[in-house]
Amino acid sequence: MSIALEDARIDVGRRSYLGLRIEHAERSLASKRVISGFGFWIFLLSDIVMFSAFFAAYAVLSGETAGGPSGKDLFDLNRVALETACLLLSSFACGVASIGARARSDFMYYGAMTATALLGAAFLFLEIREFAGMIALGAGPTRSAFLTSFFALVGCHGLHVTLGLLWLLTMMAQVFAKGYRADIMRRVLCFGLFWHTLDIIWVGIFTVVYLMELAK
Amino acid sequence: MSNHTTKSRLQSSASSTRRFSVVDLFKGWRRFIAARLTAFAVRCYGLLSLLVLTGCEPGILPANGVIGKGDTTILIDSLAIMLAIVVPTIVATLAFAWWFRSSNSSARRRPDLIYSGQIEMVTWSIPLMTIMLLGGVAWIGSHQLDPAQPLPSNEAPLKVQVVSLDWKWLFIYPDHNIATVNHLVIPAGAPVHFTLTSSSVMNAFFIPKLGSMIYTMNRMATQLYLNADQPGTFLGMSSHFSGDGFATMGFKVEALPKDGFSAWVEETRKGAATTLTSQTYQDLAKQSMNVAPFAYSAVEPDLFDKVVKQSLPPGPGPVVETSPGASKRGKK
Amino acid sequence: MLGKLSWAAIPLDQPIPLLAGCLAFGIVGGIAVYVVLKGWAPYLWREWITSVDHKHIGVMYVFLAMVMLLRGFTDAIMMRSQQALAFQAPGYLPPEHYDQIFSAHGTLMILFVAMPFMIGLINIVVPLQLGVRDVAFPTLNSVSFWLTATGALLINLSLVIGEFAHTGWLPYPPLSEFAYSPGVGVDYYLWSLQISGVGTLLTGVNFVTTILKIRAPGMTYMRMPIFCWTALGSSLLIVAAFPILTATLAMLLLDRYFGFHFFTNEAGGNPMMFMNLIWAWGHPEVYILILPAFGVFSEVVSTFSGKPLFGYRSMVAATMAICILAFMVWLHHFFTMGAGADVNAFFGVATMIIAVPTGVKVFNWLFTMYGGRITYPPPMMWAIGFIVTFVIGGMTGVLLAVPPADFVLHNSLFLVAHFHNVVIGGVLFGAFAGYTFWFPKAFGFRLREDLGIAAFWCWFVGFYLAFMPLYVLGFMGMTRRMQHYDVPAWHPWLLVAAAGVVVILAGIGLQIAQLVVSVRHREQLRDTTGDPWNGRSLEWSTSSPPPAFNFAALPRIEEDDAYWQTKQRALRQHVLADEPAYTDIELPRNSATGFVSAFFASFLGFALIWHIWWLAALSFLGAFVTFVAFAWRDRTEYRVSAEEVARIDRENRRARRAALAHLGAAE
Repeated sequence: MSIALEDARIDVGRRSYLGLRIEHAERSLASKRVISGFGFWIFLLSDIVMFSAFFAAYAVLSGETAGGPSGKDLFDLNRVALETACLLLSSFACGVASIGARARSDFMYYGAMTATALLGAAFLFLEIREFAGMIALGAGPTRSAFLTSFFALVGCHGLHVTLGLLWLLTMMAQVFAKGYRADIMRRVLCFGLFWHTLDIIWVGIFTVVYLMELAK
Repeated sequence: MSNHTTKSRLQSSASSTRRFSVVDLFKGWRRFIAARLTAFAVRCYGLLSLLVLTGCEPGILPANGVIGKGDTTILIDSLAIMLAIVVPTIVATLAFAWWFRSSNSSARRRPDLIYSGQIEMVTWSIPLMTIMLLGGVAWIGSHQLDPAQPLPSNEAPLKVQVVSLDWKWLFIYPDHNIATVNHLVIPAGAPVHFTLTSSSVMNAFFIPKLGSMIYTMNRMATQLYLNADQPGTFLGMSSHFSGDGFATMGFKVEALPKDGFSAWVEETRKGAATTLTSQTYQDLAKQSMNVAPFAYSAVEPDLFDKVVKQSLPPGPGPVVETSPGASKRGKK
Repeated sequence: MLGKLSWAAIPLDQPIPLLAGCLAFGIVGGIAVYVVLKGWAPYLWREWITSVDHKHIGVMYVFLAMVMLLRGFTDAIMMRSQQALAFQAPGYLPPEHYDQIFSAHGTLMILFVAMPFMIGLINIVVPLQLGVRDVAFPTLNSVSFWLTATGALLINLSLVIGEFAHTGWLPYPPLSEFAYSPGVGVDYYLWSLQISGVGTLLTGVNFVTTILKIRAPGMTYMRMPIFCWTALGSSLLIVAAFPILTATLAMLLLDRYFGFHFFTNEAGGNPMMFMNLIWAWGHPEVYILILPAFGVFSEVVSTFSGKPLFGYRSMVAATMAICILAFMVWLHHFFTMGAGADVNAFFGVATMIIAVPTGVKVFNWLFTMYGGRITYPPPMMWAIGFIVTFVIGGMTGVLLAVPPADFVLHNSLFLVAHFHNVVIGGVLFGAFAGYTFWFPKAFGFRLREDLGIAAFWCWFVGFYLAFMPLYVLGFMGMTRRMQHYDVPAWHPWLLVAAAGVVVILAGIGLQIAQLVVSVRHREQLRDTTGDPWNGRSLEWSTSSPPPAFNFAALPRIEEDDAYWQTKQRALRQHVLADEPAYTDIELPRNSATGFVSAFFASFLGFALIWHIWWLAALSFLGAFVTFVAFAWRDRTEYRVSAEEVARIDRENRRARRAALAHLGAAE
């Protein structure tokens, strides 16, 4: 219902743009859904800029092992492949959840959101296992500048996933408490954008950190 | 005043030693502006010569040495090029502001003048052309005055290794196996090749009279070539803030005639028998301020390389809890 | 329990910061008590603290900037007097104190004076100029403001609890690493900037979205007032640059708190990377500040010349060119690192190229004045003062972009003079021009012009007196941040600079007097027309101060200089446009989210600075709960009835008709 309504509002905006009389109740030309999505995209772009600073730091410091282990000694491609699979599948599940929310299908929405959460948690679990294993080997972030930049870059992504999970659970609770209200649907949209962006960043990490290191 | 003659020597030697074809076009202007600037500088230095206590010359003008002259020549050239635009702009601003005041009945109002292709053409091309000219100066100047580029000279440069410490300067003369603290002695006329590093935090090595400054950084060695054309005593300093003792990092630079320099080297060798070893270096690297100049009669070989390669650990920083809220936990 | 915090953190041995801090907190506390006793607290809470109205948030930003200006200027007085006294003498400030003062001065002036001043003006003006009712995300706007205020609070807290950074306004490692700065000073710096930086980033997102997505019908890009364009440029730069700051400071925090090795001397860390990263933010930052100032001057020069802006399209092109070039020049802040001739030359030339669009702007202002009918109220005085001063600052900036010249002037007082020349002569003069220009719009009454002009002259003369000597001192080899010095030739110039600060102080005094006197005489100075300057853009088409909904009906824009054209048409036809059909207007409800989340952010920052982990966790939880509570609201908007809108708007139209008659008579 609310989507249809909002689409109608876009339409009103367009017509008024062509010089027809504007609706006074209209607060703006673009619909709230467009504004929210656009604004959140801008925010995500800024987040990507932040990651690019960590990527740059990794590029500068990746050779500075200070006599300690290098990526080749530490990385396990199988585990990373499994992590990647978890995250990509969770992104797919997140997309299904968005469709479910649009279709007002509780089963589809809650089911897919749960799948997203579980896959995301599995990703985090694997990542924490990887970190713990490295630290146990004496290859923690304080060992060398290379490990510093590795833990910071990958950890920053992991932190985003953690916060994303927190948000995900909040969104499930919100839909449960409030239903598929227009403002909540906008947040579901933003959450979806966020989760897919984490995927994009992970693809960058997977390539720049793991594949390129193992290809050396 | 005697400064006038020094200044004119600067002018002639600067234009003879450095070849900036673009800039030569502007020599006339440059002289004009330079003369005014010099007059200004002369006034400052007139004051200085009355009051000077330490005898160290500060200031980048008039420069002594090829690099200093090159730097300041470009500085003044660029200033002159820009003043040619900036002064008319300021005058025009004030003139327009005055003439088109609302109470001036003889001003011709042009309320519809909101676009003019010709004027726009001019407003874009004036800054563009200025910047093209200046960009040429900058490009050529950057290459000719690159700090790491050896000076053209028949004689081999004197090697000096410089270490900035908290908060003093260590100068090692590897060819002569001596070292000094807070006192740099160089032969006038000969090129000097500085290789610089830092024991701890960043500093910048700067002798205003001789020209280009350069950063000193731990685990890095930067290169700088300078010379002093005439003997003299100059002010040297750190020109990058390095902590609470920063203001005490001034040092005295003496450019001695060649025989005077050799005599000084001999004297230092025969002076108090102190050797700069890894151990004494680490003591020296601890934080201290207002260190009076002194010399070492001998230096452990490759000490500088050990500092750069971190065979010797970086300077320790504050050892006691000087700051409120300093943590009780260790570094790691 | 309290981490590193103990009684030793109170600097009982340093009377100056302690007394100053106590005095400041005493005044703030006193005002708070006074407000409560007077019964104004509910009003303050309702209309300001929890307000999500862009105009009120903007006013609070400007207020914060002015208070912080006083704090930062106090630091300036101390620095100038220390250097005036410390010739072959220790002066009255020991190095560890002096170092904190210049660090705090730079940090405050850039991030808590210039930034909030510009963001405040953008907040007040941009939605009005676009002809809309609010920004894209009103509550987020309030969060942004309060997070900025949190940052300012933390920095000022460092006066009395602990210390501030001894490292300069950009804490270059390794000096700022734990090994060389074990105190909490750098942590205060880092957490205040992180928290306020989040606020600034959200502001950037908010205004990019607002300007690109919410404009009145017919307000095409090429009809937007130039201030909106510069606000857009500034916001885009914020979105692209501030995340780099966040990342860089996060790296330094990881180094300091967990022993990471991003910028340490040991284990392969690279301090030079910090310089590259921080200036990748820092250079765009100066354009974030100056672009809105350029916008203010464009509006002011055009309004008081009675002409549209000359070469509007060129101005837009120049603004956008500056935005892009801003990211390509960061290395000119460290030519003296020894990067090699090609690198230095490239960045030198790239830097100079920025002078081209900037020069175009200056010439366009000049030709806006050409053929105009120029009047000289305070905003125009600031504008003329700006052009004259700024071209000098621009020139010395280009001079520093010539690497060989920079090799002898870098880090000298010449550099200090240069950036004050552009920041005071450009940003601050722009802020004051905007403040005097839009004050009647925000409050409904004008500022006294005589005191404003006197304040301008004090600032103008004081500026030259204070900073021209620093140019000379740069030539004389004096480097910045010297706590004392022994060179006799420097001393007289530093005395002159100190005298300049006194003249500026008089200017600030006059500005305070102007505000106080104007408030007391506000009835005589009342602006009933909403258009005190015969303005050109839409903010002048609504009443002063504007109603909560800004416009009773969204204006339709058919030409450039929207309001000016409307007025011309009305003058020709001797009638106002027809009364619109009034309808109910929905507006966002007030929200304490910003204030409450900033409350928790303050505790979070404080707890992290002092390593009080339980408090940090608790505060984070508090902030999260605040946001969830906000998200749980069912009613997010309130409705202004059509009758109420009609009543307010008819009043405005009556005043406007009177003004029109007056204008018509003058024609």
